[in-house]
Amino acid sequence: MADTKVEQLSVNVVKEPSMMTGAVPRKDWMDVPVTFKPGNYCYPAKKSIVEYLSKGLPGVFGEPREWTVESDDWKLPENWVEIILQGMRERLDKFRSFKVYMDICVRCGACADKCHFFLGTGDPKNMPVLRAELLRSIYRGNFTKAGKILGSIANGREMTFEVLKEWFMYFYQCTECRRCSVFCPYGIDTAEITAMARELLHLVGVGTNWILEPAANSNRTGNHLGLQPHTFKENAEFLLDDIEEATGVKLKNLTFNRKGAEVLFVIPSADVFAEPGIFTFMGYLLLFEHIGLDYTISTYTSEGGNFGSFTNNELMKKLNGKMYAEAERLGVKWILGGECGHMWRVIHQYMDTLNGPPDNLEVPKSPITGTVFENAATTKMVHISEFTADLIKHNKLKIDKSRNDHRIVTFHDSCNPARGMGLLDEPRYILENVCNSFYEMPENTIREQTFCCGSGTGLNTGEIMDLRMRGGLPRANAVKHVEEKHGVNMLSCVCAIDRATLLALMEYWNPNVGVCGISELVGNALIMDGEKERDQDLRFEELPGAAERAAAAAEAEAGESGNNEEGA
Amino acid sequence: MKHAILAVIALIAIAWLGSLVGLDPLFGVVFPYLAFAIFLGGFIYRVVDWAKSPVPFRIPTTSGQGKSLDWIKQDKLDCPATFWQVVGRMALEVFAFRSLFKNTTAEIHDGPKLVYGSSKWLWLVGLAFHYCFLLIVLRHLRLFLNPVPGFVGTLEFFDGLLQLGVPVIYQTDLIFVGAVTYLFLRRVLLPQVRYISFAADYFPLFLIFAIAATGILMRYVFRVDVVSIKQLTVGLATFSPAISGDIGSIFYIHIFLVSVLLAYFPFSKLMHAGGVFLSPTRNLANNSRMVRHVNPWNDPSIKPHSYADYEDDFRQYMADADIPLEKELPPEPEPEPEPEPEETEKPAAEPAAEEAPAADAATETPAEKE
Repeated sequence: MADTKVEQLSVNVVKEPSMMTGAVPRKDWMDVPVTFKPGNYCYPAKKSIVEYLSKGLPGVFGEPREWTVESDDWKLPENWVEIILQGMRERLDKFRSFKVYMDICVRCGACADKCHFFLGTGDPKNMPVLRAELLRSIYRGNFTKAGKILGSIANGREMTFEVLKEWFMYFYQCTECRRCSVFCPYGIDTAEITAMARELLHLVGVGTNWILEPAANSNRTGNHLGLQPHTFKENAEFLLDDIEEATGVKLKNLTFNRKGAEVLFVIPSADVFAEPGIFTFMGYLLLFEHIGLDYTISTYTSEGGNFGSFTNNELMKKLNGKMYAEAERLGVKWILGGECGHMWRVIHQYMDTLNGPPDNLEVPKSPITGTVFENAATTKMVHISEFTADLIKHNKLKIDKSRNDHRIVTFHDSCNPARGMGLLDEPRYILENVCNSFYEMPENTIREQTFCCGSGTGLNTGEIMDLRMRGGLPRANAVKHVEEKHGVNMLSCVCAIDRATLLALMEYWNPNVGVCGISELVGNALIMDGEKERDQDLRFEELPGAAERAAAAAEAEAGESGNNEEGA
Repeated sequence: MKHAILAVIALIAIAWLGSLVGLDPLFGVVFPYLAFAIFLGGFIYRVVDWAKSPVPFRIPTTSGQGKSLDWIKQDKLDCPATFWQVVGRMALEVFAFRSLFKNTTAEIHDGPKLVYGSSKWLWLVGLAFHYCFLLIVLRHLRLFLNPVPGFVGTLEFFDGLLQLGVPVIYQTDLIFVGAVTYLFLRRVLLPQVRYISFAADYFPLFLIFAIAATGILMRYVFRVDVVSIKQLTVGLATFSPAISGDIGSIFYIHIFLVSVLLAYFPFSKLMHAGGVFLSPTRNLANNSRMVRHVNPWNDPSIKPHSYADYEDDFRQYMADADIPLEKELPPEPEPEPEPEPEETEKPAAEPAAEEAPAADAATETPAEKE
């Protein structure tokens, strides 16, 4: 948990001198040095991990070595400045977004207070515009005439170790959530800029372990947690027992690596690993059993999330490549994807370009409703919320909404499905059909204006808890609003990282609010064939009215036996 | 800011001195032509230069419901899926500054409680600034075209509708000066914006202000020889420039500042005018799952860690767990509980990957509670 107590942080964010509280630094931002201290940076990647990744992708992760962030010697290669500048030059030629966004910002400041990290820290370098200037100043100083001649008057500067430290600090205080880009009059996307900066940092061997180790795991074991095939399968099957205990139904359709299935189902691996993701997983399985879907899960591509997308486009491509490779090996018709945010950013906006077109897949068609998912015509991959919404719309699910009556639900739009996909109304439609109490958070905090959990893009690591609780404050604050107004006690989402990070965030800021995936609520509400009297939800918490029903049943039984006696 | 002020003052002084020592042809003819050439050439060069960099990925910022199931209402303007929908989104962006219209302001109060309010002044003033600028430029066509096109007269009529002062005061002039002043004051008074501003942000504001001021002075205070001016400007437009009579220093200052603005334009942030059209988060359709998009520098040599290698790595475990295999286990090897680890690709530190990276990841993802 965070080092700072919530009572203290609550005061700090309002009272401490920061740009959010009206204090303005006296020094120009270029003259404010970065100081690393425990709690404000992520641990660097282990040497063995960088070695491993470099075998598969030589040259893009720098020199494997042990180094410490607080030291003034990062053991950089001698020509590191040259590597960075060369890397910038190449990327300016490869990405129009990067080039245009280096040039056209007018510093109007519309983005300044849109960033959750700025709102939570008040640190001027967390204003998206200034975050971008950290990179832009190097661009001007080295790639534009004005910057070369006028230097700091034109806000150009040389690439120095101080600048590198600044990059490592602030490009790991950006979750590429794209909220600022909604408001920018030119659509400048800090996610693009942060992505470029992180690529450059990796080139000189500056990366974080919390991103690179899960990426290495994803590559080798298929999932970021490093679960080997048998363990992955055991974990998933263990949940079948839980499902049976909660519902009385023994599911039969779950298979692994099965050739000839109609659908390959890809999930974020945390869904078989930890609460509350496992409840979401149980929801998926109940749904598939309910409709008799012919599906299989692969241990080889047992991770939908793509930690490569937090590093560079090369690793993103390499990790993503497994999905199509496995779909083709198994001979499935199309792919269904679970609830995960950045996984869907990659699938929706990158996958077909990176690794498509898939040779033998078909345009996804729901075997239950016959709906053809034209919106996935080329990528051949459908989001579980799209799939479920279609089932509900066609009345294919038997639902008892009241089983979620103990949940007063709100919905967190995860950044990537919201601003990198446009998946907004499908989850809402599902929610409205599986629970009776659903309340929206304030409009400036949902849909395309949604606030990040504060820990995306590989920042959900324990060593920067304070920072995460600050970055997550705008989200938590909006939840608090509906908690106070409507008694909301459950924050639903369609993202595995959210299910981990919002849990910590809620425990910190709003301890009475739980976190769940949408599919968990679906699973709770489904009336399964052959189920027992459902008195518990998938978390083994008592269902509303269960006690009364049990009492009534007992009474009825007692009455019945009484009658019998009388009759006897 | 001081660099920017000094630069504009210096420019005014140069033009003034120039006109005093009789460099009229330089300031009235050579510089304007040069500036216009730099503007045109520079603008085209910059746009072409941007366009030379490809758009590898389809990355629109989706700001509304995307195209999905038939019965889910798509937000066609904020999340366009077709070319014409993109045209709609871009038109709103370019002509109405739609993204800026969404602007909000955030405050933090005791609690802590974050409060968001609507904040449309920048949008309103920005829009006023740009449209007035456009109208003023169009009004100036009177000086370059002979005969004067009819719409210019109409513009002037409506612009002077209030019929105040002699000569009639144009509303666009007033709004324009007000807007520039607002943009400047906002930059100085809002701490966040002041902190991010530097010379390149102040210089165009001062320059534009000085252009407006000299123009207004010329019209209302210092009387200049309009006939001579028109002769020169029409001459410029018809490539037969001629300077006759004494036009007055104020004119040369004005036209020199305009020349500087034109020449400065392509190499400054003012290029947002061209850049907004090339912004991939705005000008692309959100159809990347519907229509294949090709990355010209895609590297086909980047392959995923293959299934064959994966199975080689874990075959024994998979067999024991009844997970289907492509290659059966070798017949009765000597008792070997561990599967043969693959040497080339494997995190050296973690033989039991399940324990190791999971350990870190696990502390976060799941067991974070503790």
